[in-house]
Amino acid sequence: MFQGYDPDKFYDEMFSEPGEVRASCSDLLKKLEGMSDEEFERRRSACDEHFLRQGVTFTVYHDERGTERIFPFDPVPRVIPGSEWDDLEAGLTQRIIALNLFLHDVYHDQQIIRDEVIPRHHIEGAKHYRPEFRGVDVPGDIYIHICGSDLIRGDDGQFYVLEDNGRCPSGASYLLENRNALKRAFPEVFSGTKVRPVESYPAELRKMLHHVSPHREGDPVCVLLTPGCYNSAYFEHCYLAREMGIEIVEGRDLVVLDNFVYMRTTKGLERVDVIYRRIDDDFIDPTVFRKDSVLGVPGLMKAYRAGNVALANAVGTGVADDKVIYRFVPDMIRYYLGQEPLLPNVPTYLASEEEDLKYMLDHLPELVVKAANESGGYGMLMGPSATKEEIDEFRKLIIADPRNYIGQPVVSLSRCPTSCNGQMAGRHVDLRPYIIYGSEVKIVPGGLTRVALREGSLVVNSSQGGGSKDTWVLRD
Amino acid sequence: MLSRVANSLYWMARYIERADNLARLIEVNERVLLDFGSDDAGSQETFWRPIIESSGEDERFAELNADGGEAGSVVYFLTEDRRNPNSIISCVAQARENARMVRDQLSEALWEEINSLFLFVNSESARRMLVEDRADYFSAIRRGTFCFHGIAAGTTLRGEAWEFMDLGRHLERADKTTRFLDIAHFLPPEYAASADHWMAILKSCGALDAYRTINRGAVDRDSVTEFLLFDLNFPRSIAFCIDRVDGCLHHISGRPRGTYGDGAERCSGRLLSKMGFGSMDDVRETGLHAYLDRLQEMINEVGSETFETYVLLQERNQTSPIMPPTTLTPVQAWQMEQQQQQQQ
Repeated sequence: MFQGYDPDKFYDEMFSEPGEVRASCSDLLKKLEGMSDEEFERRRSACDEHFLRQGVTFTVYHDERGTERIFPFDPVPRVIPGSEWDDLEAGLTQRIIALNLFLHDVYHDQQIIRDEVIPRHHIEGAKHYRPEFRGVDVPGDIYIHICGSDLIRGDDGQFYVLEDNGRCPSGASYLLENRNALKRAFPEVFSGTKVRPVESYPAELRKMLHHVSPHREGDPVCVLLTPGCYNSAYFEHCYLAREMGIEIVEGRDLVVLDNFVYMRTTKGLERVDVIYRRIDDDFIDPTVFRKDSVLGVPGLMKAYRAGNVALANAVGTGVADDKVIYRFVPDMIRYYLGQEPLLPNVPTYLASEEEDLKYMLDHLPELVVKAANESGGYGMLMGPSATKEEIDEFRKLIIADPRNYIGQPVVSLSRCPTSCNGQMAGRHVDLRPYIIYGSEVKIVPGGLTRVALREGSLVVNSSQGGGSKDTWVLRD
Repeated sequence: MLSRVANSLYWMARYIERADNLARLIEVNERVLLDFGSDDAGSQETFWRPIIESSGEDERFAELNADGGEAGSVVYFLTEDRRNPNSIISCVAQARENARMVRDQLSEALWEEINSLFLFVNSESARRMLVEDRADYFSAIRRGTFCFHGIAAGTTLRGEAWEFMDLGRHLERADKTTRFLDIAHFLPPEYAASADHWMAILKSCGALDAYRTINRGAVDRDSVTEFLLFDLNFPRSIAFCIDRVDGCLHHISGRPRGTYGDGAERCSGRLLSKMGFGSMDDVRETGLHAYLDRLQEMINEVGSETFETYVLLQERNQTSPIMPPTTLTPVQAWQMEQQQQQQQ
């Protein structure tokens, strides 16, 4: 099955050299090779069927029959040795603590600006900064309760943080479902491999929600607020709500009275203490943010300001997601914690800084240029593969609005063997661990490994031909 | 339980029941046509027209089939035509859509079953069956809905969720049984009075064996009607269904049966006494068609009063916060959705 597999010039997650398997993967490789190609293929399609039956699907729009597709799943797991994971865990924990301290500071005294660690204009220029929430105390003083940082591994084998998703990161249900599917279809590959379990994620999430409840008496009522069943992540919302045993609600199920939030039930109104919201700030309360939002709850922000309801994540965390602010996360770690960052950033140039701008304009064909406030691969220039026209276009854009652009060297993502048309081939992967910040920081071992299924592609987004894999963290 | 969730569970069960009844009706009608051995356009029209009328979609059908009702187009219209909101495929899609909205409330097995049924009606093999072996198609639908009821019964906690599902199922079933009985009204009198027709109706309801157990005599209009209206022990008779509906409503409210505390319970109680203390004399007095019309009205009342009681009332009893003028209030959104559901 792996005959002729070529790791090429990239860092390969399974092989250190052609034919040289990494120690952490040798058991797995033996088990996979003990299977005939037909057997492997049969079980692979069993996984697909499982996802289809479960309705782990997204809807293909512009198709009158409402065809639904599954997110492609590749059954070859991505393995992370225990010692490597310990380092990642320490680095991510350090990072989420610093980010939360930063958010508290930015929405209170802004000491970090006064001490000139981050220039004021960078913060005030961040699209998702919410100055109207300065001075508001949030329950538990936690802002980012759930963080889904994107990690990539470069040719040097080092993990880098590519971005911190501190708003409403999605994908945790796929992490859980991928493990489920693999256990069903390939039970024997697990035996004796010492894979650390991931099943505790919903329980940890629930514990965190309880922890941030503003009301101490009785069992807090926690709900998951979804934009509704037409949202592409709706499956995940249902999945998590069910696993946690909490109610899933839409905006129209909630009502705010005298600054308290209630849900409409068949027995009358019931008070809600904690909202795990999967709706962006912009849509959450039409009386404060976007007036045309029918997804939100009118009056919710008043209840939130009054401290009568907790939101996870808090309002205004998007300022930490800004790609210009990202550049300063290592500085935040030094500033707030007095520690050196354990996990490096990808080197980042800010077009708003004169020197950086000059460097960027001189090196556009080698850089990745990103808009500071966009996500999901929008507003992006891939220098090495761009045409001259595209580069010129971006040159103009950058000069016109320098605050909105950053540049980074191209990091070639590591690769992992992936089943492609019955053959194993190297495909680029990233890693999104889910970090939960409640009474303590909890990270489920592993995360969601996304894989760019197209040959040579570095884009792992599901909307652009990406799939996913089960991620194994080994007990050493 | 959230009011919206209760509403979705109720409609999920109704749509499943609707798909099941439709499958039975079409299958039996096709068999009757074979017995008659006539396939000229006139008799096709005679036999299919009542089926379409009983589903309340005659206008839409006329619109889509200006050239009249051939068997092929009728069956297509009733089974896999997505333009017909009451075709089997649309009913299953609606049931699944409602299930999706409350997926966290359903057992995994129940969701998988309803999703499988949805995948089946949309599959190539379903399409092939409809052309090549229609009986297999209908039996697959029936099996799917039986499985749904079985899994629901076997995995659902007997609480509000169950009661709302059971309520939806029996209310829909009662309504559909009135429509089965009413088909005779649209048929030529000589056929409407025939034993063949009433035998077909019994089969539609899966009631032939049960009927035979207690009726030794000939199959005729009056005894079949009496059985499907008033028999308290057959699960598709209207008396049976209404008894369950009334039971569900009282389980939900927690009030003892025989009393009422809201509009839904009052309507179901009235209907229950009509069925419990009524007889064929009442039917003869007004004629079957008028009698069934009145029943349908009362059944609809139970449905709309249930909606008033459990979904709208919470909204009425409070002052809503001021909404920006561009948005729908939740109650408007509810009403829109409800209207839409009832139209379909």
